[in-house]
Order: sequence, then structure tokens, then C-alpha cells
Amino acid sequence: MSALRRRLVPYGLLLPGTVWLLLFFAVPMYFMGEMALRSGSLDTGGFTFSWEWGNFDEALSGSEEQLLRSFVYAGLASLFALLIAYPLAYAIALRAGRWKLLLLFAVVAPFFTTYLIRTIAWKTILADASPAVDVLKFLQIVPEDGRVLATGGAVVAGLTYNFLPFMILPIYASLERMDVRLIESAKDLYASSAQAFWRVTLPISAPGIVAGVLLTFIPAVGDYVNALLLGGTGQTMVGNVIQSLYLQQRDYPEAAALSFVMMLAILAVVLVYLRLAGTGAFMGDEEESR
Amino acid sequence: MRWLRRNALLLYAAVAVAYMLVPIFVIALFSFDQTSSNKLDYRWSGFTLDFWKDAFADEAVNEAMITSIQLAALSTIVATVLGTLMALALVRHKFRGRGVSNLLIVLPMATPEIVIGAALLSMFLIYGIGLGFTTLFIAHVMFSISFVVVVVRSRLIGFDRSLEEAAADLGARPLTTFRTITLPLLAPGILAAALLAFALSIDDFVISNINSGTTETFPLYIFGVSLRGIPVQVNVLATMLFLVAVVCIALVLWQQRQAERMAAVRPDPEPATTAPGGLVRAPAATR
Repeated sequence: MSALRRRLVPYGLLLPGTVWLLLFFAVPMYFMGEMALRSGSLDTGGFTFSWEWGNFDEALSGSEEQLLRSFVYAGLASLFALLIAYPLAYAIALRAGRWKLLLLFAVVAPFFTTYLIRTIAWKTILADASPAVDVLKFLQIVPEDGRVLATGGAVVAGLTYNFLPFMILPIYASLERMDVRLIESAKDLYASSAQAFWRVTLPISAPGIVAGVLLTFIPAVGDYVNALLLGGTGQTMVGNVIQSLYLQQRDYPEAAALSFVMMLAILAVVLVYLRLAGTGAFMGDEEESR
Repeated sequence: MRWLRRNALLLYAAVAVAYMLVPIFVIALFSFDQTSSNKLDYRWSGFTLDFWKDAFADEAVNEAMITSIQLAALSTIVATVLGTLMALALVRHKFRGRGVSNLLIVLPMATPEIVIGAALLSMFLIYGIGLGFTTLFIAHVMFSISFVVVVVRSRLIGFDRSLEEAAADLGARPLTTFRTITLPLLAPGILAAALLAFALSIDDFVISNINSGTTETFPLYIFGVSLRGIPVQVNVLATMLFLVAVVCIALVLWQQRQAERMAAVRPDPEPATTAPGGLVRAPAATR
């Protein structure tokens, strides 16, 4: 093989996949921006490009509430998912022994039953007369005359559940790669278990936490299935507005504008988050030195 | 009490995993429930095997399921091939434009599904491309590629290249080496990636919902009938799908063990291992 041919090999390998991603991910993003600046309606011969910035005002004015709610719900869901996932990932990576593969399988198992059916199953579990709700009432978590379905709590619970594997897997991967001898040496140097955890284990798993939070938070902001099935009219999220603009109202420019705004808002939040998490603001300096 | 303290974490793991399996249990349980209307009411009225015997009695459910399986199979094949080639390029070669390629692969995973769907729809509308099976196929390949790359790449990173070098030393040409050494060793990673792509495709609702036209996949069908009442067969088929997945994962694990045995010709104390979902543990030495 000549040197030139060898140099071209990686590009040849990359080409088909890259073309697909460019044509059907990058280019469509451009067209979404273009669509957001079109005006007209389906009845009057479709939409034409006209630098119609008004679409953004229109898209925002009606849905600030939903936009804000999406970020709050997604933030809460990521937090709860992290709290549930970390100890579980820790147990699977470092304590499970021969049960490891079985537990890992149980974590990915929900992927193999349709998302929609799973959420419908939760709708049943949380329905007003269900045994699960009776238990919650008995434990005084839910008031005697209260309900779970059609509340914000149900939507957050649904989001937490549905995106949990995306939180567990990256944290598991980072803990699994950890050299256990580090914890032992910390203890040899008279660190307590808690100190060893805070100063050694947690900083090492920080990249997994950051990845997990992003993989949970971003899709959760855009989700509308949980709000649709588990929430009531007062719990709609920005995804619900977008999909209704597309499928019911068929106001494509406004829908595209709102999608764009949501994307930008997510980007802003993610950048702030990465800045906080990346500079070791809460992880200590160990993160930097590695 | 001491036992409790020592095993608290494992007990917690058991509870958390049980919580993750609750909906699957509910879905399976109610595929055995008697109901006079043949629709799911999620009220237990007695055990029956009727719906498992007539699993394929509902034509509409079958049709949607067949569409879903065809779509998932086709998009899995294409996405797995394209993604594997990309992973090979990214891990095996140094070249200009790696950073951009990596960004192009990460971005689709970090974009909410509704935005991906909306962007594709905008393009299809502007070019007047009719929505249907083809647009679904395009979308499904697109969102699967990134996940395939991530899984195969992690398998490639912990890859022992000495066998390939040995083959080359013995006079094997690059393509022969690739076919007889690289591919068999890489197979478990590729299989895990394909399984994930298949699961993602068959599971997808949000992107499909706005790019499907009149084509109905399994999730779209369920959504359509969810207000009028869902036939019990939906739960039967969902449970079957789950069981098939369990078998496939077992096969992947078995295959992986075979590959490791093959790699263990050389005394290597810590071969790379892949877990379900494609998480890979690299050998300690490479860290």
C-alpha cells in the first residue's frame, strides 16, 4: 500500500457514516433554522422564506411557562436519578461480585420493553385507586384525599425512571475503571471510609457523573411523553407545545422557532454546568491534576 | 445488625433494580389477565392463557409489529456497518479532522429527540419528500450511528493488537488479517452495538411520531389506540420481545466468552471484557 493510500484509509472509513450524519443531522438543523424564519400557512400554498423573526416572539410569548417548567422538571429528575443511580452503580461496579452481569442486565432491561408501554404501565401503577398509591397514602407521603397521577410529582417520577439507565451506565463505567488499590492506599494513610470516598472515589467518578447528568437532563428537557401520559393540563412541558404545533396546529415555522429556542436554552445551561463541574468547583483539585 | 451494615449497599441495589423492573413485571402480569373486552383495563380479574394462545389474533398489532421489526432490522444493519467503520477510523488512525468527526458523533446523542425529529421534518417538508417508511429508515439509521460508534470504539480501545501483528508477520495480507483476526475479536462489540441499535429503533416514539406520515410502527400504533383501549395482545407481544432480547443478550455474552478464549491463546492476565449495553472495561495496563 502506498503512503498516499494509507493516508486516505481513515477518510474512506469515515466517509459513509459522516455523509449520513451531515445529510440527516447537520443539514436538517440548518433547515430547521430556515423554517423558523418562514411565513405563510398550509392553506395559502405553504410557507415561504421571509426573514420572519416574529416567529420567535410568537413561539416564546405563549410558552415561557412550559419552557421554565421543562428545565425545572428535567433538573429535578436528573437530581433524583443521580441520587438513585450512584449507590446502585457503586454496588454493581465494586460490590456485586458474581451478580454483576445480572444486575447490569436488569439495568438495561427496560430498554427492551417499549418506552411508551412502560410509561403507560406507570400510569396504571400511579392511578388513583391503585395499591401503590394506597401505600403512599398509608406512609403519609401522599395526603389522604390527594392523588399522584396528573401532578408534577408524577411527571418528575416518570422522567426519573425513564432516563435512569442513562445515569447509571456512565457512572458504572467510571467506577468500574477505577483502581481499587487507590481506596486501600487512602485507608493505609489513615483516611476514614467517608474521607476515602469523598477524596478518592467521588473525584474519580466525576466524569461519569457529568456524562450521566447530561445524558439524563438533555433528553428530559425535550421529553413530552411523560407529561402527556402522567401529567395533567397544568404540567405540560415545552416538548408538548412543540409536538402540538407540528402535528395539530401544523404551524411549522413557529414549531421550528420554539425548537430552536429550546436548543439554545439547553446549550446555555449545559455550558454553565460544564464550567461549574469542569473547573472542579465542587470536586476539589484532584480532578485537575489527573 | 453487623450483617445488615455490611450488606446494606447490596440490599439497596436489589431494591433499586426491583424498582427498575416494576413496569416490566406489570406488563407481563397483565398479559395473563382475563378481560371481557379484550382491551387492557389493568384491573386483575383472573388468570388466563387465552391472549398468549391468540397472541397474533389482532391484525393491526401484528402489522405494526412487523413494520417495526423490518425498520429496526434494516436500520440496525446500515447503522452498524457505518458506525463500525467510523469507530475503526477513529481508534486506529491519526488524521486531520478527528475533532470535528467526534463532535459530529456526540452531538446527535446530546440533542433532544424532538429537535432531531423537528429538524428532519423541516428538511423533508422543504424538499417535498413524502413521509413514510423511507423517512423513518433515514431517521433511525441517523440516531443509531452515534451509539454504535461509542460501543464499538470502547471495545477497540482495549484491543490487543499482537495477534494482528503475528498474522502480518506470517505473511497475511491486511484484508486477510482483518477478516480472520480483527473481525472475530471485534464481533462481541459489534453484536452489542447492533443489539443496542435494534433496541433504540424498536423503542423510538418521539422522532418517529413526526416523521412517519401514515406508516405505523409498534409504538406509534400503541399511542394511536391508547385512548380507545389497548388490545391485550400488545402486552403479550411486548413480553415476547423482552424474552427474545434476554435470549439475544445471553448469546452475545456467550459469543464474547468464545472471543476471549480465542484471545487468551497468549497468556494475558486481564483481557478486555464487554458488559451488556456495551460498556467496556479496558485492561488495567492501558490506563
